Amino acid sequence: MVPNSPTQTATSLTFKVENVSVYYGSTLAVRDVFLDIPQREIIGFIGPSGCGKSTILRCFNRMNDLIPGAKMTGQITNHGVDIYDRTIDPVELRRRIGMVFQKPNPFPKSIYDNIAFGAKINGYQGNMDELVEQSLRGAALWDEVKDKLKESGLSLSGGQQQRLCIARAIAIEPEVILMDEPCSALDPISTLKVEELMQQLKENYTIIIVTHNMQQASRVSDRTAFFNAEATESGGKVGYLVEYDETSKIFSNPKEERTRDYVSGRFG
Amino acid sequence: MTVNPTQDAFQTSSEAKTPNFIQNLSGRYRADAIFQSLAWASVGIALLILAWLLLDILIDGIPTLNWNFIVSFPSRRPEQAGIWAALTGTVWVMVVVAVVSFPVGVGAGIYLEEFSGDNWFSRFVEINISNLAGVPSIIYGLLGLAAFVYLLQPLTGGRSVLTGGLTLALLILPIIIVATREALRAVPDSIRLAGFALGATTWQVVWSHVLPSAMPGILTGVILALSRAIGETAPLIAIGALTFIPFAPEGLRSPFTVMPIQVYNWVSRPQKEFHDIAASGIIVLLVLLLAMNAIAIYLRNRFQKQSG
Repeated sequence: MVPNSPTQTATSLTFKVENVSVYYGSTLAVRDVFLDIPQREIIGFIGPSGCGKSTILRCFNRMNDLIPGAKMTGQITNHGVDIYDRTIDPVELRRRIGMVFQKPNPFPKSIYDNIAFGAKINGYQGNMDELVEQSLRGAALWDEVKDKLKESGLSLSGGQQQRLCIARAIAIEPEVILMDEPCSALDPISTLKVEELMQQLKENYTIIIVTHNMQQASRVSDRTAFFNAEATESGGKVGYLVEYDETSKIFSNPKEERTRDYVSGRFG
Repeated sequence: MTVNPTQDAFQTSSEAKTPNFIQNLSGRYRADAIFQSLAWASVGIALLILAWLLLDILIDGIPTLNWNFIVSFPSRRPEQAGIWAALTGTVWVMVVVAVVSFPVGVGAGIYLEEFSGDNWFSRFVEINISNLAGVPSIIYGLLGLAAFVYLLQPLTGGRSVLTGGLTLALLILPIIIVATREALRAVPDSIRLAGFALGATTWQVVWSHVLPSAMPGILTGVILALSRAIGETAPLIAIGALTFIPFAPEGLRSPFTVMPIQVYNWVSRPQKEFHDIAASGIIVLLVLLLAMNAIAIYLRNRFQKQSG
């Protein structure tokens, strides 16, 4: 049902998601997801609330491991390596798979220390000042903060805080950046800045972004996955992947009726 | 009238009475005023009692409070008696209490809140700690007597500063643990997630981010706990702290007395002069307590500035 991109083999794919279902306790949250995530593209996850798109996102860096009772079945491979294998240390994995959260969450420390923390704990050997500057430039924030690196990260505006979080994520040189509704707490101008930034970051990183904003998905992403939720017999909701394709196809000529209804704003 | 419906609605709403809303502003403001004065009265009563207490003690205690009183040892004659042995004893004991209870209490709180999952063991420990916080202090005295005075005598030296400090540390441990857990719980999870997402281990997240944010709250709990310890008498009497000691403690294994016991001793004597120097002793105790709290509050404010 989900088309594989013909040019990429399993080892060159950033992620290959096969038959993944996630349970919270005994409740099935999202079921039977298949996805191929190619390198250096922006993948948008869209869908109504409770459809499991954030849950799937958190599987990629094993953040679900931190939630008591969360359990995943199926397989996710990163360049052919099962990231849920016993030999994979989630702490090491999270260095390679960065994450930016819905609400900007800089550490209550200086801007400099916000960037330096991740580098320090991961054993960065190079020049810290250079890394901080390079990361802030990479997040298009350097010019705004270069004179106040010692000030608290919390003194910045919401949009700046979110870009600080992106700078913090790219400082440890990840392969992937996961973004969980990164702009939902931001004003339109800050949102635009983050979106422009994503286009630059795409040259070096694979980006997976969960968004409630369909215009955003159509603007920034190369491929879009549409998730939906269906009612279960017990009265709960379970999410599933409806359709995954190039963004232009999802928005102009989707295969599935539900996708067409959703992207045209008929529900959700 | 030939007004259209929207105009009509607008006009009625601009009049004093709107049929669907009876605002009763005066009644609501009255309730406000009543509640405010009740709250104010509560503060007033607390302050009044405190002021009365302080005034009473100051009137009784100031005349006999002088340098000589502070640096003298207890005596049969009230005019020669002083608080030096008890003052140094309290300082020694409180240092032991702080050094033992702070790391152990905060460590236990960190373990329970950040490391142990939600399982039967942590729930069992949690219930027990809450219960321990409510156990009468004399029980801790009996525990100290059995454990530190008799069982560990080779280590503690019997009825010593170390025994007293350890007993009081046990007494305030539950308070510190509960306060630590509350403070850690108040740290938003987003900070933890941010740390984990960067590839930090639990300890790195706790040490670098969670603990600094929780430190002001933890220190508030520690201030309260130490304030309780400094005023305790019963458990120290139970472990046999002496009431008449003509020397300052020379080490951890030295016999000792503390200020509340000294004050209790003076108050229980029939002569009025002893009652006056008891008041002086209370003043010294209060000053020490304030000094201790000032240090803790200073530390707390420094942490607040750092994490602000």
